[in-house]
Amino acid sequence: MNLGKIHKDVAVVGAGMTLFSRRLQETGKEMSWEAAQMALDQADLSLDDIDAVIMGSAPDAFDGVHKKGDWLLDGAGGTNRPYMRVYTGGGTAVFAPIAGWWHVASGLFEKVLVLCEEKMSSCMPHAQSAFAHIWDPILDRPLKPNLVWIFSMEMQRYMHTYDVRYEDIALVAVKNKRNAVGHPCAQLADPDITLDDVLTSEPMALPVRRLDISPPSDGAAAVVLVSEDVAYELTNEPVWIDGVGWCIDSTMWTNRDLAFPKFVAHAARMAYEMAGIKNPRKEIDIAEPYDPFDYKELQHLEALGLADPGQAAIMTREGKTQRDGELPVCPSGGLLGVGNPIAATLGIKVGELFWQLSGQAGARQVPGDPAVGVAQAWGDLMQFSSVIVMRRRS
Amino acid sequence: MTFSEKFQRTTEMKHWLGDMEVDHFHYTAGVAGERFFIALRDRGVILGARCAPCGITYVPPRIYCEHCFAELKEDAYQEVGPRGWVRAFTIARLGKDGHPLTEPEILAVIDFGSDSTGFLHKLSGVAPEEVRVGLEVEALLKPKAQREGRITDIEHFRPVA
Amino acid sequence: MNQAIKPKGRSLSAEQMKQVPHVIARPQAKYAWAAGVAMSHFLEGLKQGKILGRRCMACERVLVPPRMFCERCYRTTDGWVELPGTGVIETFSISYIDTNANRIKDPIFVGVLAFDGAPPHCGIMHYFGEVSPEEIHIGMPVEPVWKPESERVGAITDIKYFRPREGIPSKRISQRRKRG
Repeated sequence: MNLGKIHKDVAVVGAGMTLFSRRLQETGKEMSWEAAQMALDQADLSLDDIDAVIMGSAPDAFDGVHKKGDWLLDGAGGTNRPYMRVYTGGGTAVFAPIAGWWHVASGLFEKVLVLCEEKMSSCMPHAQSAFAHIWDPILDRPLKPNLVWIFSMEMQRYMHTYDVRYEDIALVAVKNKRNAVGHPCAQLADPDITLDDVLTSEPMALPVRRLDISPPSDGAAAVVLVSEDVAYELTNEPVWIDGVGWCIDSTMWTNRDLAFPKFVAHAARMAYEMAGIKNPRKEIDIAEPYDPFDYKELQHLEALGLADPGQAAIMTREGKTQRDGELPVCPSGGLLGVGNPIAATLGIKVGELFWQLSGQAGARQVPGDPAVGVAQAWGDLMQFSSVIVMRRRS
Repeated sequence: MTFSEKFQRTTEMKHWLGDMEVDHFHYTAGVAGERFFIALRDRGVILGARCAPCGITYVPPRIYCEHCFAELKEDAYQEVGPRGWVRAFTIARLGKDGHPLTEPEILAVIDFGSDSTGFLHKLSGVAPEEVRVGLEVEALLKPKAQREGRITDIEHFRPVA
Repeated sequence: MNQAIKPKGRSLSAEQMKQVPHVIARPQAKYAWAAGVAMSHFLEGLKQGKILGRRCMACERVLVPPRMFCERCYRTTDGWVELPGTGVIETFSISYIDTNANRIKDPIFVGVLAFDGAPPHCGIMHYFGEVSPEEIHIGMPVEPVWKPESERVGAITDIKYFRPREGIPSKRISQRRKRG
């Protein structure tokens, strides 16, 4: 990594997102436009001002439309512009803004729109049917796997290795679904949910129960990234992307450790080094780790260096990760509460940090004037991670 | 560098057959699509949406202008059909499976006056050698009772009599 | 700066989704996935009732599933190794859903096992059988239950499942790590 080659500092000046819902009537293009328009509006920019567009969207198989990036192009504002799609599964949510970041940080473009879209409701009988195509066709698929299996096995291994109690893991689902009550786009917010509701919810693939899992959703989200040269012309409250990192582990998933996601730690190290973060536990005010399953929030907090291995569950039990706790984690409500339109969770990771750090999170606002946040996403065959450190400077 | 061993007999090579387990895709036509298809089904008209500043009429309509990103609201919708003109066409003499068709099929991009938007449909009632760019055509719709709110509610386009 | 989130979007129920204008399309995508050099040997081994791995001399691993290259050392692997076929459960799940997320009454036991004769984390996913939800645990020694030879075709499903080995004590396949 050659930090001397970064030419421009990059700021987020606007964000937008649609409702996250099991089914939206809008087409993928229409959803994309709604989110992008909201982000541009917030930045007081029009499409004319945008130099390049990044599109993030997960498997083509959800839509049965190939070259989905091109297909969504007009709703994403990409017509007649430099445009590219990036795709790293769920990791796209934070990887698409990283791609936007290098477009600006390189000095090549001044204003870039980053748009993520996912429409999972088209795929019948269930988005799971498309997920089957994540598995190795020779070794895994003849066993007729369900994607939940792989998470269940990983969770089992995590609990075993670090002696983590299921009751503590389930508290993450309770916290996030309650946090989501303050989110106007939320699909599964529940102010009254209890630990018992999670512990007794329908067994899916034990140890995973229904309420341990985030729901499939339709949704889109967008952020506008600009260079240091224009950020303060557009807003008094730019939120800076101070560090980015990403890393991927082997696709031979049965040969992985499964208890500790080293690739997340590598991605975090890269982002922290770039951001000059020496002690993340002291310096990070808010974390938005990827939480498609409750145990993932804990594993990710540990790999992000915000807790020792096995300790994130105890932090959760002690209430330290609540919105008003020592380290608020997923104050947005996360994927568990707001919904999981794979790539579009951009809106509750990087988007949420923008709103939180610029003091615009409304009912979800973390107290204490937070200045530094870390957002992280995770994807492909549970092997990839992307990390962004964001900071308000004033 | 190559692998230290390879197959001498290709019959030892294995493969695994499979298909896409997805049963079907259910595509909603979206917000603008709903207006377009319901107007087609119930009133037998073709709708567009006009972005006045850009001077573009989108057919089928959209809820946004892809060039300036303005929202195309209620007042942007207008009837543009059933008449249009052929902006581009092709004459298919082979079917999807590569076999010769008994009757050639004419596929055309039908434009409704905008010079930049329109949609693909079938052309009928004209000999292949008489089709030309600029040919004025009109939509022949299925009887109302058979219309379902799909693009196939239009049987085909044919030259204006 | 304008107000933060003004969400757009019209949520539909499953019923409404059928009522709004829509199109149904059925994919016709058929595939023949080549197993490749290493995996073809592996599948041929299964047909003969053998579990085969590839040795990498550089990192001293026996790769199962086998590959002709080691992705860590990025070099060709050095030769075939026949493993005894027994192993221990590294992790497992008790699944009440099938591949299409349909609910099932009798759960599927599935997991990752590590093969004896290969280092930790060198194993495959497979089913477990002849075991109850109460008994199954990480570290449980297991052995393959093969289909009769005449029914084997050179597929991962030539092994019906792995079952507990009688009289073999559970192994601590890796130390529990200290928390914190």
